[in-house]
This record gives sequence, C-alpha cells and structure tokens, in this order.
Amino acid sequence: MAPLTRDELAARIARDIPYGAYVNLGIGAPTLVADHLEPERDVVLHTENGLLGMGRAAVGEEVDPDLINAGKIPVIAEPGHAFFHHADSFAMMRGGHLDVCVLGAFQVSVTGDLANWHTGEPDAIPAVGGAMDLAIGAKQVWVMTDLLTKTGSSKLVAACSYPLTGKGCVSRVYTDRAVIEVGPGGARVLDLFGTTMDELRELTGLELTQ
Amino acid sequence: MHSKTSPSVAEALDGVEDGATVLVGGFGLAGQPIALIDGLRERGTKDLTIVANNAGNGDTGLAALLKAGQVRKVICSFPRQVDSWVFDELYRAGKIELEVVPQGNLAERIRAGGAGIGGFFTPTGVGTLLAEGKETRVIDGREYVLESPIKGDVALIGAYQGDQLGNLVYRKTSRNFNPVMATAATITIAQVDEIVEVGSLDPESIVTPAIYVDRVVEVGVREWLR
Repeated sequence: MAPLTRDELAARIARDIPYGAYVNLGIGAPTLVADHLEPERDVVLHTENGLLGMGRAAVGEEVDPDLINAGKIPVIAEPGHAFFHHADSFAMMRGGHLDVCVLGAFQVSVTGDLANWHTGEPDAIPAVGGAMDLAIGAKQVWVMTDLLTKTGSSKLVAACSYPLTGKGCVSRVYTDRAVIEVGPGGARVLDLFGTTMDELRELTGLELTQ
Repeated sequence: MHSKTSPSVAEALDGVEDGATVLVGGFGLAGQPIALIDGLRERGTKDLTIVANNAGNGDTGLAALLKAGQVRKVICSFPRQVDSWVFDELYRAGKIELEVVPQGNLAERIRAGGAGIGGFFTPTGVGTLLAEGKETRVIDGREYVLESPIKGDVALIGAYQGDQLGNLVYRKTSRNFNPVMATAATITIAQVDEIVEVGSLDPESIVTPAIYVDRVVEVGVREWLR
C-alpha cells in the first residue's frame, strides 16, 4: 500500500464524518471532501459567508454571483438551505454548533496547536479570514494535509514555529501517510498508509505511539 | 409618510466627510455596495478608514477607491486574495494602514457597536498575535480575550430590495456583513436594486428593519443579475 493521494485522503475523511453532521470545510484541499460525501449520509455543509446547505460548485446557467462560498466560488444550494448574516454565521462556529470542521495547515503540534494563517515572513501580508474562529469553534477540528512540506519537513511538530491560529484546538490530523490523534495527552497514531511506525517516527522526528 | 429615498447616489452620500470611518458591506463582490463606493470615489472624500471583510477585488468598487488614494486605513479580516493587487501594492509601499481582525470577531465587534455592547470576551484569537496586548479572562475554565465594539460614521449597505421607509431584504449570500453593519453607523445608506412600495415586502422576511436605515437609493438591477 502506498501513501494516499489527495482524493483518497478526502474520501477517507468523508467516511469518518458522522451521519447528519453539520460541517465546515476550509478553503483549499478540504473542499475536496465534499466530492466524497454520500448523499444518504445527510451531511449539511456550512459556509462562513452565510449559508447552511451548500452544494457543489455551480456550472453554466447555475452561476449566480450572489450565491458563493467562502472561497468566493459560485456554488449551488441544496433543498432546505438557509441564509443568514455574518454575526449569526460565526455564532454557529463560536457557539459550538458545528460538529466537524476540516482545515488545512502549515503546522500542527502534538498537543493540537494549529498554525495555518500566516508565515510570519516580514513581507507577508497577514490575512486571517475565518480561520481563527473555525479553529476554536467546531466540536471537532480536523486537519487535512500532506505530512511533509515540499522541502521534506514534517508538518506535525512538537511545537509550532509559525504564528498560531489557535491553541490546543485540533483533535485529529489526516495526512497522506497517517491519521494521528492530537491533544493534551500528546499524539497517537490511529492509522498508517504505506508507512511503518518507524518510518513515521523518522519522517516526523517525534516519539509517536499507536 | 417620511420617505428615506434619495434621488441619486450623490445625494445619498451628502454629508460624508473626510476622515470618516465607513463600514462597507459585502463579501468579495457579493453584496458589495458598488454604486455607493463609486459615488464616494467621485466625491473625492478622503482620509477614510474602511471597515470591510476584504480590501478590494480586481480594479472596481473598493479596489478603485483604494487606488484613488482616498483610504488611510483598512480594518478587515482578509485583505490578501488572488485579485487584491491594488491593496497589496499600497500596503507594500507603506501607503495604507491595516488592522487584521478574525472574521467572526469583526462581525461581532460591529454587532456590539450597533447593539450598545461595550465589549465582549471571545475565545477566538486567544494565544495568537491578534490577541497580543489585549485583556484576557478565564471564564468557566476557558480563556477568552476582550474585544471592543466598532462603530462607523457611515455604513454603506448593498441590499436587494428596499421600501421607502428603509426596510431591506437581501439576496442569497449577498446578505453577509450588510445587516450587521446597517445597525452600527451614525448614517446608514443602502443601495438597492429596486425600491418597492411600502407594504409590499413580507414583514416576516424583512432582514433589516427601517429603524436602522437613514437613506435608500435605487441603483437598478446589477449587471451580473441580468
């Protein structure tokens, strides 16, 4: 077995989302999860700009510039959808009403700290959007990412070196090589994809257990 | 009946002064009150502080106002986008100030401004750069950070339909920040695609009640909805 492709990882995350859950999928790779949600699971997608019951990307005649997602891409709305304003939308997050949120990451620490909004480079223009609200709001915050950066460093780390998005907020990290539970008790490997525990320890430089 | 309708965008913007803090609705282009922003640019009103989710897209609307050099500071959650080149250039040249606020804190700070709340403790941002220097408190075992209200001298609102009294309804996800901002300014000015007769909007469906709105101007159906 090889490490998972992006699509395979998205399919795995989709299978782990509970029946009937209210879910927010972050911008970028996490949006792929939507393509793998089986309709009979009745998952309802939330988008921060004021829609519950978001559907797939709109095509052709369906495109309506007043109906967009958090990435400002035109989408369709599913039957039973509802619109609301921004303060309500973020009350849904902050108030713990969302069951699952899936986010991308620059780094995640073994204790669940998340860094995904700012590289901290002097010439970077900081832009946070809804990332900090999502990170602390949903009942479960999952991260979807490659285990390694393009230069081969582990994104799962003992402590984040990039500026934090939230402290101790992530509960699970889905990577192409492993699914890892993180939190106050440290990291625990739940599943491996084409990678042994020894290889995972070597790649991350962390004392991981199963 | 006291009608709040303005015959033109220019008259709707009467009295907006240099140095004003302007709340601007919209998320990207959806719900962005582009006719009012263009009107502000044409008036030449300057030294503005803009409160909005984004800092302009492409070369139109908010981006054009920035490009004209009329904005001193932007308070927003997400300035950097694929099409935010106008803001990016001004920021890198040190020609514009930026305060980045987490999106939910931005919405809630404006809500607080409109609702007479003096501040609130939120878990969003705790332990991050954006909470540095702010008061924190542990409540029921969880850490929160104190955030302050935001009020505008002016709010520019992009709505779908309004009546002469100023009741407003929105269309789909163009609602976004608009109803919250409408509550939080000294003068709230709404552009609508269409002004309808009093009594014709479903009272159960009115999102912004007229009490929050000072002026309404009809700008016609937006190009993209035709």
